[in-house]
Formats: sequence, C-alpha cells, structure tokens
Amino acid sequence: MTDTVHTPEGHDIPAVFTRAMLDWLPWLAPLAEDALTPRHMAGLVDASRARSAYFRLLARDPEVLGARTRTDKDIFYNTKAGLPRAERELAATATSRLNGCIYCASVHARHATTYSRRGEDVQRLLDEGVAADLGERWNAIVAAAVALTEMPMTFGPAHVARLRATGMDDLSIADAIQAAAFFNWANRLMLSLGEPMPQG
Amino acid sequence: MSGDVIDRLAGIAPGTALDAVRRQRTEAREQAQASFDALFAPLDVAAMAVAERAAVALFVARLHGDGPAEALYGGMLDAALRDAVMAEAGGAAAEGPYGHYPAGPLSAEDRAGPEWRAGPELGARLAAALTHAHMLVFHPRDAAPRHMQALVDAGWAADGIVTLSQLVAFLTFQIRVAVGLRAMIASA
Repeated sequence: MTDTVHTPEGHDIPAVFTRAMLDWLPWLAPLAEDALTPRHMAGLVDASRARSAYFRLLARDPEVLGARTRTDKDIFYNTKAGLPRAERELAATATSRLNGCIYCASVHARHATTYSRRGEDVQRLLDEGVAADLGERWNAIVAAAVALTEMPMTFGPAHVARLRATGMDDLSIADAIQAAAFFNWANRLMLSLGEPMPQG
Repeated sequence: MSGDVIDRLAGIAPGTALDAVRRQRTEAREQAQASFDALFAPLDVAAMAVAERAAVALFVARLHGDGPAEALYGGMLDAALRDAVMAEAGGAAAEGPYGHYPAGPLSAEDRAGPEWRAGPELGARLAAALTHAHMLVFHPRDAAPRHMQALVDAGWAADGIVTLSQLVAFLTFQIRVAVGLRAMIASA
C-alpha cells in the first residue's frame, strides 16, 4: 500500500519567529493512539507523549525514538553541574533560529525565557537573528552554536577558548556543544515531517 | 579506544579528562550510542535495509567533510557502493543552512542555494534518499510535502521515511558532537 502525503490547508502559516505557543501538523500519518503497542509505548518513553502527533509519527521507528528522547532529556534536563539550563535552551534557540525552525525556536525561546528571566534578550535573538548583541557570555554561546550549525562547520579551539573565558568549565562547554548539536537533529525532524500552525 | 562511536570519532581515549566529562552525562553518552545501534543494527530492517542506511550515512558524512565519519560509514559498505556514493557526493557540497521562509518579514533572510538531485546510477530508491538527505543537511527550512511525495513516489513507505529522516538528522548531531569534542581536545 502506498502511503499518503498530507498537505494541510486552510490555516495561517507562522511567518515570524515567536515565543507564542504553536501547534504542529504532520505530513505523514502518525500511528493511531489506539494502535500503540508496548514496543511503541517504550519508544515514547513518557505515556503522555502518545497524545502528540509528532511523537506518534516518530514512533514508527520506536527504538530510535526511545534513544533520541533519552539523549534529549539528559542533554537538557540533567542539570547536575555544567551549563545552567537557561544557557542550554539558549543554544537550542540559536541553533533553531539559524536553521530556520520556527516551531523549535518558539518552544526553546519560551524555556530560555523561563529559566533566564531575560525575555527581552531572547526576543532580540528571535527578532534580529544570531548576530544580536546579548552580552559576551550569551554571544559566545550563540557563536558556538552558529559555528557548529553552519555548513561547512567552523567550530574550533577559538570557540572553546571564548566559552572558557566567560567562566565555563569543560563540562559546561561540552553541554553547550551537545545542546547545539542536538538541535541540529531536532530541527531537521520538525522541519521536514510537518509544519507549524498558530494555536487556538 | 572504547566501543563508544562518538569517542572513536572524536578521538577520546579512556581515562582522559574529556572521557571523564562525557561520563558526567552518562545517559546522553549511552543513548547517543543506543541511537547509533538502533539505526545501524536495527531490530527490524523492513523499513530500510542496512546497506541503504550505511550508504546514506556515508553520503551525509561526506557532505560534512568529516574524515573519521566517512571512514566509519564507508567501512560498512562494499567497495562498489562506497565508490558510487562517494562519486555522488563529489559535486554535492554546499554552504548552508540556506533556504526559504514563509512569505513575510523573514523573506529578507531567504538565502538561495542548490536544489541538488542524485543521479540515477544508484537506483530510484537510494537516489531519492540521497536527494532528501542533501536537502536535510543543507536547507532543511525548504522542506515541504513535495519532498515526502518524492520519497513515496520512489517506493518509500512512511516507516522508512521516518527511519531515513532520523538517520540523517542523527548524523548531523553525531558529527557535530565529535567536531566539538575534537576542538576541546585541541584547545586543552
């Protein structure tokens, strides 16, 4: 049987980077909620993710989804030492801004705002892009995310030294690298398997 | 060197300072490896053959110009397919990320770049996969339903499209982590 590609119509297309809540519509059919087996549920990791069309689409490869989700959670939620959560979210937002993932940027700009209480700076990153002047420490993190995201990649010892000069230890620098690298993974899934729409 | 693939790609030896740093994020380290295992030694190959996975991975590694990743994924292929994938990748490198935004204020940031297409030599199914991989690597914000349709038309089912998408996207993560860690070694 040939699978059908869905082209959502009749909704507004978000055309600016925003911290507002967005929805996401898949282009391929997600698995039906009532068709999820224990193997799929294991891949979803959290049972609540069965409500998300995005995760039920990715559940078509449950082993990869499960490993992806656990990688994501440790990089962002394991705040034992290392880079503060706010700055991991900043790296995720900068990566999403450069790749052009309006949906991902909205989610992680909200998280960056919540954890940093620097909503105006986060909004300037969304409005002005990765060249926005956010102060040296945030500029260094954004520059590192950009150098890792651009093709060809330009990330090198000078970026590490600049991060270290802002007071980061090796674990914090590795956290920044992993956060930016992970959003290269996440952006490509979100951008290529469906599209955002305004919520409500 | 450990059995951990990112350690191998980055050149991290057991007992070094950076090994200790990675082990402070044990779950991320183990689950990045589990992602690699699930993609390249899958429980179920119905959606995408292992040789197809390795061929796409070599192509993505080559687009990144990353020698250690090229060696890793090229080593999973027979010589004929490896050479054919490398030949396809030869003219495919670009500068990114480029692409278009929805019409509006962001249109000022639209950046033009190639719409690269693989030749027919590798067969319609693998050619469509490489064409899609190029878009994902260099201009993912151009992604549209027509890209899904091109894969379906070349014989890809939804399960396989999800696995292909995960594979390319994972590689863009794995290679960047390795590049970042190598820079940390070089700056130590």
